[in-house]
Order: sequence, then structure tokens, then C-alpha cells
Amino acid sequence: MSRPIDLTPSPALVVRRRRDRLFHAFAFAGALLCLVVLALLLFDIVSTGAARLSWEFINSFPSRFADRAGVRAALWGSAWLMIVTMAIAGPIGVAAAIYLEEFTRRGRLAAILEINISNLAGVPSIIYGILGLAFFVRWLALGRSILAGALTMALLVLPVVIIATREALRAVPGSLRAASFALGASPLQTVLRVVLPSAMPGIVTGLILALSRAIGETAPLIMIGALTYVAFVPQGPMDSFTALPIQIFDWASRPQAAFQQNAAAGILVLLALLLVMNSIGILIRQRASRKLQP
Amino acid sequence: MKIEALRTSQGAGPDLATGSTLEVRGCSIRYGDKPAVNDVTLAFALHRVTALIGPSGCGKSTLLRALNRMNDHIQSCRLEGQVLYHGQDIYDPAIDAAEVRKRMGMVFQKPNPFPKSIFDNVAFGPRLNGTFRGQARQALADHVEKCLRAAGLWEEVKDRLRDSALSLSGGQQQRLCIARAIANDPEVLLMDEPCSALDPISTARIEELILDMRENYTIVIVTHNMEQAARVSDNTGFLLSGDLVEFNNTADLFSRPRSKKTEDYITGRFG
Repeated sequence: MSRPIDLTPSPALVVRRRRDRLFHAFAFAGALLCLVVLALLLFDIVSTGAARLSWEFINSFPSRFADRAGVRAALWGSAWLMIVTMAIAGPIGVAAAIYLEEFTRRGRLAAILEINISNLAGVPSIIYGILGLAFFVRWLALGRSILAGALTMALLVLPVVIIATREALRAVPGSLRAASFALGASPLQTVLRVVLPSAMPGIVTGLILALSRAIGETAPLIMIGALTYVAFVPQGPMDSFTALPIQIFDWASRPQAAFQQNAAAGILVLLALLLVMNSIGILIRQRASRKLQP
Repeated sequence: MKIEALRTSQGAGPDLATGSTLEVRGCSIRYGDKPAVNDVTLAFALHRVTALIGPSGCGKSTLLRALNRMNDHIQSCRLEGQVLYHGQDIYDPAIDAAEVRKRMGMVFQKPNPFPKSIFDNVAFGPRLNGTFRGQARQALADHVEKCLRAAGLWEEVKDRLRDSALSLSGGQQQRLCIARAIANDPEVLLMDEPCSALDPISTARIEELILDMRENYTIVIVTHNMEQAARVSDNTGFLLSGDLVEFNNTADLFSRPRSKKTEDYITGRFG
């Protein structure tokens, strides 16, 4: 006969279990708090702005009469801005990341570049606005154009793109590079045929993050002088423009309640745009990663 | 040369009857200050299997990777001496590493298929080098089939060439990597512990494959499994802390080791 053993929890274990439950509750409260705040914000916006939301609102130019004003110019301006920003920041950011991750040998130059890029990610966006105003708007005489805005935005999101792309490249196993080199591939062939396809989902995620940041930025655009009253849809990158956050900011700063409603409705449009962009990004990412899966 | 000296002074010596197109002369390799291989000289016989054995960290993998300049990618790695391929020193500045690697297929310790389709894995080398450029698509497809057959994988994958290579089992993946390596029509096949991540049945299949491929390639295999070396190789080199202790035909090295160190190692007294 074996000695009977006591499987009921010892006093020490009881304490440990209690701590477990306490921490669980704490973590849950944290998650809940975030959700509640988000829900409250959303509720506030929807209850104020939903009534204003209509095709007419989306398709009208701004007006000094709140009920006739719309976001058409701002929506198109934001769309233009995002596309041009990505066209600039995407290739440059990915190229910079590839250079840093695949082509430099670890050394002082790489270290200096790395520290600078990390620091750039933390620079307040207004600083980029000042740089954009001085350099793109004035010095390069691009004026208050979409191109000047997009170049400024591109600078702003470049660190995000570079850092995310580097993470994605670093996650590609070295054994794949070795296999490629061993078959006689040059470094460029290895990057294009092996590393980039494997890193694509991560890179796309980085681009979405960067774009999400850019679309909500207001300060640098105000700095470079994106107009708040634009009664036309931009036809090219040299046209002047306004963007959703600026339009919202303009409306929200007016005293009339009707304009406050417009601001809330504008926020809803911005949120919807963000959602659409992220969904497209996630779709691309899933496509890319499905190709890699068995 | 040293090899000649070995042969005349010590019985049969390594089997070099078929000649050799790949040899290492006075080769020393170090990582920073840390020596990994010391003044090694040996020749790899044509259409023979040469095994490099020795305990972990003895420099056998480093030596193997020196043969197709894979150590170039390790920043601190320095090599002295010569690696002669068809009489040319592959470390000559005029020589491009990619040209060397095209002619020497390499199989790694862990199967490392690309996250692409089975077909694209095998076609990677030919596409890279434009081997079938300007020819009908079928030419490449035929070549892929030939390589998969040579690697003993065709029957298992012929109906799913478009599936991801990652859907294969470990043993199949390693045979796919062999098919990929021979798709460049190399003369030399370098294998770095190709079975260490595989189960015994997969290992047996790879070993059979090595014996089959022997007549078409000069094979160099690094292994920590002495039975494997004894089963598949014609010549064996035993390395210990970077020194080539003994290099002989496999039968003699295992039955009549000349060095006490070799004897201790193969009888399992250390390592």
C-alpha cells in the first residue's frame, strides 16, 4: 500500500492562486478600459455626426453654410496625399532598410545610421512641418502643393517604414539566404527572389502603419499651409489641397454647433477611410503570406 | 605533395584513382583570432564520396564551406592557403564566388527549401543563371523532372509540383534541396551533415541517394555520424581541433587507423 497523499492545495499554493486571479483581473481591467474609452469616443462622434453623414456631405465642397458644406475636396486631397506619400516613402524606405539589413557590414556607419533613424521616428511632427515649409515649399519652390505635402509626410513616415521593413527582413531565416547564395545568386538576386517575397507580409504591415499615421497628421500640413477652403478637386500633384484632418480641425474650431456636427461627420469619414485602407493592407498581407504557407 | 607522401609511406592511402579536380592546399581558416582549420591539405577524388568526420567544433563544416566560398559571408572569417578547383585558386581576386558556387551544389544541415512551390525550388538555380532562357517552357519542366527523379522525389511529388515546398516532410524537403542543388548541373556536391535533422528512414534514403549520385558527382560530406561515413564514403578525413589528423580510404581508416587519436575517436573513446 502506498502512503496516501494530500492533493488539496497547500497554503502557499492557495496564495499563489489568489495572486494569479488578481493579476488576471488587473490585466482584464486594463484591456476593458481601452475598449470602453474607444467605445465612448466612437459613441460621442457617431451620435453627433451620424445625422450629417450623407452622400451629399461626402460630395460637397466646403461652404460657409454648415448644412451645405462637405468633405469632397478634403477627401480627394487626403487620397492624393496618401498615394503620393506612399509612392515616395515606400520605395525609399524599403530600399534604405534593404541597404541597412542586407548590404552593409556591421560597423560604425551602420550604427550611426541606425541611431539617427530611431531618433527621427521620435521627432515631433511639427518639426517636419517646419522643414517642409522651409525646404520643399520655399527653397524648392513647390508651393503649397500636394507634392510638397507628400514629401513632408514621406519624411515623417520614413522612419516607420524603415524600422518595420528591417524587422521584416531580419525575420527571414539566414538559411534561405545561404541556400540562394549557394546556388550562385548575387546579393541582389537573393534580395529580390528570396528575401523580399518572404518579408513582404511584414513590409506591407509596416506600410499600413505608416499610412495610418500619415492620414491622421495635421500639424505638418498646417505648417506647410494646406488650405482650409478649397473648392475644387486636385487634378495633379502640383495643385494646392486640403486634407481631412485639416478640414475637421477647421470645423471643430468654429463656435456654431452645426459645424461641430460637420467635424464629427468628417471624423467618421476619416475613420472609414482608415478602415478601408487597413483592410486593403491586411488583404494584401494575407495574400502574400498565403503564398508562403504550405 | 603531402598526399603523395601519405600514399607511399602508408599502404593503400586514399583512393584517388579517378583523379581530382578539387583540392585544398595548406589551408588555414580563422574567425577573428580564433583558428578553425590549421594548414589542411587534401584532395577530393572525382566521382568518389569523401567524408569529413570529427567532433563538434573540429572545423569540418568550416572547411566544407571554404570549398564554395560560403565563408565569404562571415565577416571575421579569414583564409590562407589555396583551394584549387580545376587547378585554379577559387580565392583568386579575379574569380567570382557565384561562378564557383554554380558549379558546386550545397546541401545544408537543416532542410532549407524556399517558401515557394516545389517546382520553383528546383527551377531556382536554372532561372537564376538563365540556363533555359529563350527555350520552350517544357525544357525547364523536363529538367526539373530529371532533377527530382535523380533525387528520388519525383514519384512522391509529380502530382503536386505547384504545392508549397513547406508541405513536404523533413526527409522530402532535404531530397528537394538535393534536387535543387543538382539543378545547376554542378560537378561537385557539398553536403553539410545532410541527415542530422532527419529520422532513420529518411536518412537511409539520403544515403542510398548519395551512393547513386556518386558516379556523376564529386561528393564531399561532413558528418558527425561515423557509421554514416563508413557506409557512404570512399575516403575519409578525420579532423580534430582544426588539424587533419588522418586522411585515408574509408575502409582502412576505420579498420586500421594510423593515428592513436583517430582510433580513440572511432572507437568512441571521446567526441
